[in-house]
This record gives sequence, structure tokens and C-alpha cells, in this order.
Amino acid sequence: MGLIYALNGLYFAAFLFLTSLGLNIILGVMGILNLAHGSLYAVGGFVAAYLIGLMAQSSLPVMMLVAVLGAVAVAGVVGFVLETTLLKHMYRRALEYQLLITFGILMLIEDLIKLIFGGESRYASAPFDAMGSIDIMGHIYSVYFLFVMTCALAAGLFIWWLMVRTRLGIMLRAIEMDREMAQAMGIPMRSLTIAAFMLGSAFAGLAGALVVPTTPAVLGMGMDPLIMAFIVVVIGGLGSLKGAFLGALIVGLTRSFTIAYFAELEMPLLFLIAVVILVIRPEGLFGQK
Amino acid sequence: MLQVQNVQKSFGQFMVISEASFSVEKNEVVALLGPNGAGKTTLVNLISGHLRPDSGKILLDDRDITTAPAHVRIALGIARNFQITQLFEELSVLDNVRNCLFSIEGRSGRFFKPAGAYRKMKEEAVNILETFNLAQFSSELAGALSEGDKKILDTAMAFALKAKFLLLDEPTSGVATSDKFKVMDTIVSAIQKQGTATLIIEHDMDIVAEYTDRVMVLAEGRILADGASSEVMENKEVKETLFGVSD
Amino acid sequence: MKKYILNPRAACYAVALIVLLALPQFITPYHLTLMETGLSLAIMGLGVNLLLRYTGLLSFGHGAYFAAGAYAVGLLYMYLPDHFSFENAILAALLVSAAISALFGLVCVRHTRVFFSILTLALCMLLFAVLEKAYHYTGGSDGIRVPIPLFFGYEFEGMRRFQFLCGPYYYIVVGIFAAASLTMLAIVNSPFGKILQATRDNELRAEMIGIRVKRYRLYAFIISGTFSGLSGGVWSFVNGHITPEICNWVFSGEVVYMVLLGGFMIFEGPIVGAVAFTYLRLYAVATTQYWMLIIGATLIFLVLALPGGITGGIQSLINRLKPKNA
Repeated sequence: MGLIYALNGLYFAAFLFLTSLGLNIILGVMGILNLAHGSLYAVGGFVAAYLIGLMAQSSLPVMMLVAVLGAVAVAGVVGFVLETTLLKHMYRRALEYQLLITFGILMLIEDLIKLIFGGESRYASAPFDAMGSIDIMGHIYSVYFLFVMTCALAAGLFIWWLMVRTRLGIMLRAIEMDREMAQAMGIPMRSLTIAAFMLGSAFAGLAGALVVPTTPAVLGMGMDPLIMAFIVVVIGGLGSLKGAFLGALIVGLTRSFTIAYFAELEMPLLFLIAVVILVIRPEGLFGQK
Repeated sequence: MLQVQNVQKSFGQFMVISEASFSVEKNEVVALLGPNGAGKTTLVNLISGHLRPDSGKILLDDRDITTAPAHVRIALGIARNFQITQLFEELSVLDNVRNCLFSIEGRSGRFFKPAGAYRKMKEEAVNILETFNLAQFSSELAGALSEGDKKILDTAMAFALKAKFLLLDEPTSGVATSDKFKVMDTIVSAIQKQGTATLIIEHDMDIVAEYTDRVMVLAEGRILADGASSEVMENKEVKETLFGVSD
Repeated sequence: MKKYILNPRAACYAVALIVLLALPQFITPYHLTLMETGLSLAIMGLGVNLLLRYTGLLSFGHGAYFAAGAYAVGLLYMYLPDHFSFENAILAALLVSAAISALFGLVCVRHTRVFFSILTLALCMLLFAVLEKAYHYTGGSDGIRVPIPLFFGYEFEGMRRFQFLCGPYYYIVVGIFAAASLTMLAIVNSPFGKILQATRDNELRAEMIGIRVKRYRLYAFIISGTFSGLSGGVWSFVNGHITPEICNWVFSGEVVYMVLLGGFMIFEGPIVGAVAFTYLRLYAVATTQYWMLIIGATLIFLVLALPGGITGGIQSLINRLKPKNA
């Protein structure tokens, strides 16, 4: 049984890693704690569920590809719209206003989702079922979970490659390290800020898209993941990829094992860990600042 | 009164203050000179409690305050102004000074009577503002003052803390030239009345000559010279160090 | 001197109090219960604004202390029904919320700005998770029913709940609201209030005039939390039922919205905001199912265009209409 708990923990970790990536990018590069992150996650989820429904007759790879790409694209576009219409006015304002406006955006998007997609849950379990399950040491484990773990690894590698090997990534990291210096060096701040927000939104959408084959898309689905992503970022450290990875592992495995043995303690324990880390080391395990 | 013994301070690899030992007695007004970056403001920060030295001791009236937190030092009688003004910008000029009085008189925790009901404090605050020629701005927000007036207010606040030992970091820089001597007159006559020991960082040599008894020169983290103005200013090393400054 | 300063304001307050007391003659019982909700939330709004406006700290988790107060009442009923009286309930609400805000405050005030906000949110959700999971102790997501208690030994004989709420309880709420508001007014105008604002404006300078900034922030936090707890306690009787949802960070966010709506720069702003918010929610929920859209859109509008809220808007209007003096 321990193996299954560990595997579940790894799956949670993978899912958390994906969910927190977007939040981390935006927080690191723009310094904004995006409370609307969960809503972008929900956007991804609903779009993916919708597309999976549409593509019911297609083969599995096509279905997943369309759903995921569609979700990511829509989330990215929403991010673009949000940044260019609303957030760009906020950079000179006090940090508290930035928090408030993202809170407002959260509420707005939640109800827009309700408006567009209606209030009912949307099931999209086709990919999950289609992938079937395999036998791991006598236990039956769904292949889909392994697929998500793979996606998380791929996403991590992609981000690493982006940040270390591409000009875009290097410029983003420059902004993260020292905003004023980056500006003085002639880095195109506007385009990069927009790019960062779109990237963060896209990843939020990706996470949402990957989760709907396992649980239906429902209103308010982004609230808990927002909190979870936030705990991961706090534990792992603001703006750190390594930290996000480690934070996700810690949270995922902790969650899995506490659910198994002390179900009641699960959320309180996670919040307690987050609080303790915030007190002892507010930058998180690997964060700077 | 204030004794600094073998104080050292580094920031990372960079040793800002390698060796500082001196004392300032009651009624003394000592100027602290030195090129920019020599560590003068760091020294002020060490004495006021914003920073802790890596080694060495700081004593106030023979009491060891080396590791004491800022609020303890203020209560014991140290006060400072700031070179880059640090005011309570959203509060009125009167409130800025009055808050210092509330703090030093131990009234800052009172939450029942309105602040304005503390008549004595208000009068005292108004007196201080009058002394520094700021009374006409009493009800204006501190943030609305001109840069020069802000500087004066900053100094007035340090004053209101009724210190035994006053640290002044370039109190006249940013003040209109016509006002510089007026401000210094005010400060020094009040200092003399209360017998406050004072350390002033100053670049203006006329002011140094006019108002200070003693001069210390800080360069490359150590005190190059310490003595009466006339002697120190003749010192060859001092002349090389100071006149290399584009001031 | 004192009378001169207080006069225009005191007159307005007196008028407002008279209006509040006279309201039962003019509005329906249902609206009275709405006013009760609005006035209870106003107490919390004043508490939140002590931190926001006067100390410069934005809390996204004050629902925790509101919930602490409400649950103190509920748990008192559950576990000590013989001692369940209004005065005991309010006392419990005050004590429990003060204790929890002291505990959480110790953790939070060591940080500022975003970290402070994040911490308040995390702690609020910690309490939420505990309240929800501890089903056997707190009733979990089902919550606790709160009946009408004895008031100093007096039982409102034969009154049905609704009658009670629109009758005597309304005056009790007005009384508590008035007392709380005047207390907060005193605090804000006192030397303590001025020093608090100093710590908001310039932490460094405040330290350098001898103020232990973290300690003062903690005091403000505890006062703020206690006000929220009082609010929760009073409100628990209006609602008759308490659930962990009041501890959700979204509710805390709504309270911040409410303060912003009324205007956080002016002392009375949160009061206006609380009443406005209660009515806004009523009409929104009645006319559309998209209540969050309305809050979201108005919040965005407030942040972008009208950060001073309703009272701020009125203030600028008055300033513009006043003839320019020298």
C-alpha cells in the first residue's frame, strides 16, 4: 500500500508543480501575487472539458492535443487581455492595490465562466478511461496519472530550457533579479511583462486542462488549487524553479500520506507547514529576496 | 558621555569601518568630516542602533549600548536626524514633532483621550516649531513642505527627543544658503542651553569653523585625526584626504 | 477647545444615531434585519480599516477573527448551554477573538506588505480547515445553530425569533455599534492612533523616535481582531446559524472590498461600505445570479478609478464645490 500512497503523492506533486508554475512565474517576474490564478486554471479546465466533449469521436492523441492546446491558448489570451487592459495600470500603484485588483479579477472570471459554460459540472473522463490502467507490483494504477507526471516533467524541462537557454528567458530572469537594471539595459519591459503574464496564465490553464479528465469541471474549481499553489510557492520559494519542484514534492507526498493515515489533518497540516515556513524563512526554501 | 571603543563594521567583504575610537563629552559639539563613502553615515547608524558593530563597544554614560535596540537607545537619550529626510509624510507638521514628544514622554500608548487633549505636549510642539521657524506650517502635511523645510523639520524632530547625545547627519545640506546659518544658530543655542553632546556630519567648512569645538576626520574606515579644528585642518594627511573631495 | 473640534462631527453623529433609532418606524422588519447585518459588519469594517488605513497593513484573513467570535458564541451554546446568555456570549466572542488575533498577530506582524497579506490569508485558511474538519467539535460544514439567549437574565417571553430580531435586538445592535464606533474613533484620534500612523508612514523614523514598531502593529492587530470578533458575535444572532464559510478567505476579501467601497481614507467609510455592501448584495442576488461578477467588476472599477470609495468620491465632490480659499 505504501507504494500506492507514494505514487499518489507523486501524482499530487506533479499536479501541484504544474499548478504552481504559473503563479511562480508571475510572482517572480512581476512581483504580483495573482489571486486570479485559480480562475485561469478554471478557464483551462472548462475549455478542455468542452473540447474533449466536442472531440468525443476522435482518437485519443488528437483529443488530448486539441483540448490541451485549446485550453492553453484560451488561458494565454485571457492573460493577455487582463494584462493589457487592467494590470498595466497597476505597476505604479501600491502592492495592496495589485492584490485587490487580482481579487476582483478572480470574482469576475468565476462568474464569466458561469455565464459562458453554465452552472453544471462538465465531465471529460474520456481520456482518463481511454488510457486505461497498468499493473504495478500487484496494484492497479491509472495510466493517466503517469501521463500527468510526464507532462509535469516535460513542463519543468521546458521552463528550465526557456529560462536558461533562450533570450526571452534570460531577459525574464534579468527582470526578476533587478527590475530597474533590466530597464536601464534596454530590455523591452512592456512586451516581456505581457509575455510573463501570458506564460503564467497559460500554465495555469494547462494545469486545469490536465485535471478535468480526473475530476469534472465545476464552478469554483480553481479555489483550492490557488491555495495549494500558493502553499507550494511559499514553501519552495518565490521565483525558484527548484523550489517549486521541491515544494510540490513536499506538499504532494505530505498530502498523500496524511490523507491515508490522518484524513482530517490534511489541509490544516499543509497550512501549518506553510505558516511555519513563512515565519522561519519567508523567502521559502530556495527563494531570494 | 558617549564612548566608542574599537568599533569595526563590514558589509560582506567590504570593511567600512576598520577602527573607530573616540568620545564626545557633554556640551561638546564635534564635527565629523571625511570624504564621501568614508563611513560617516555608517558610524551614525552604529551609534543610533540601526546597525550593530562586528566588534567593539559603544557606551553611553558608561552604560554598554553596543547591542541595545534602537528604541532603548532613544529612551536612554540618543537622537538623530536623517540626511535623506525621513518624515511622517501623511501626518501634519505638528503631529510629526508631537509624536516625538509622545514617544519620549511615554505617552505613545495612550489610546483614550484624543491627541489634541494633551495640552502641554501640543504647546511644547508648537514651541519647537516656532524655534525652527516652521510654526506657520503646523497643520500642513509634512509631505507638502519644500525640501529645505523638510530638512529643518527632520532636525526639529531629532531635537524634540530631548536627547543627551544628538547625531546630526548633514543638517544643513538641502537648506537654502541664506537659511543655513540661521538653522545652525537655532540648533547650537538650544544645544548649549541643554548641554547636549553633539556629533555633526558636515561638509560646509564655514559651518564647521563657526560652530564646532572639535573636529574628527574619518577616512578609509579609520579616524585620521581628532582634535581642535585649527590643528586638525593643518594636518597634511587631512588636507590631502579632504581636498580630494569635489565639494 | 474640545467642543469646537468635535462640534460638526458630533452633530452629524447625533443625527445619524437618531435616524438609526427611528428607523423601525419607517422601514420594514426585513430591512431592519438587513441593517443589523450591515451594522455588525460595519464594526468589522472599522477593525479592518484600523489596520489598513491607520497602520498600513492589508489583511486578507480577518474572517478568521470574525469566525472566532461567532464560533465562541456557537460553542458556548453547544457546550455550556446553562451559561448561554447574551452578555456571556459577547464576552466569549471578545475574549476568544482577542486571543486568536494575538496568536496569529504575533506571527503576522513580523512581516510587511505582501508577506503580511499572504500570512493573514494562510492563517485564516488554517482556521477554516480546522473548523471544517473538526466535525465532532464544531459541527463541521453543517455548522452550529444559534438561538436567542437570555439577556441579563431576561427572557423575551413568547417572542418568536423574527419578532425579536426586528424588535429589541435591533436596538441592541445599534447600541453596540455606536459604542464600538465611538471606541474606535477615540483610538484613532489618540496618541496611540497618531503613533500607529507614524509607523505606517515611515517605519525607520518611527523606530528612531523610540517606537517599537512591531509591538504597536501587534496591538493594532489585536484591537482589529477583537472588533471583528465582536462583529461575528453580534452577527451570529442575526443569522441564527454559523458555518465555517465565514472563515473562508473569500469572505475576508469581501470585507476588504466593503471597506474599499465605502472608502478607506475616511473614518466613517467602512460604515458606509458595510451598509452599502449589504444592500448591494441583496439587490444583486435578487436580480441576477452573477453576484461575483458585480463585486469583481465594481472592485476593479474602484481600484482603477475611485480608490477613495463612496466617501472619497463625496469628499472630492465637496472639495470641488467649495469656493477656493487662499
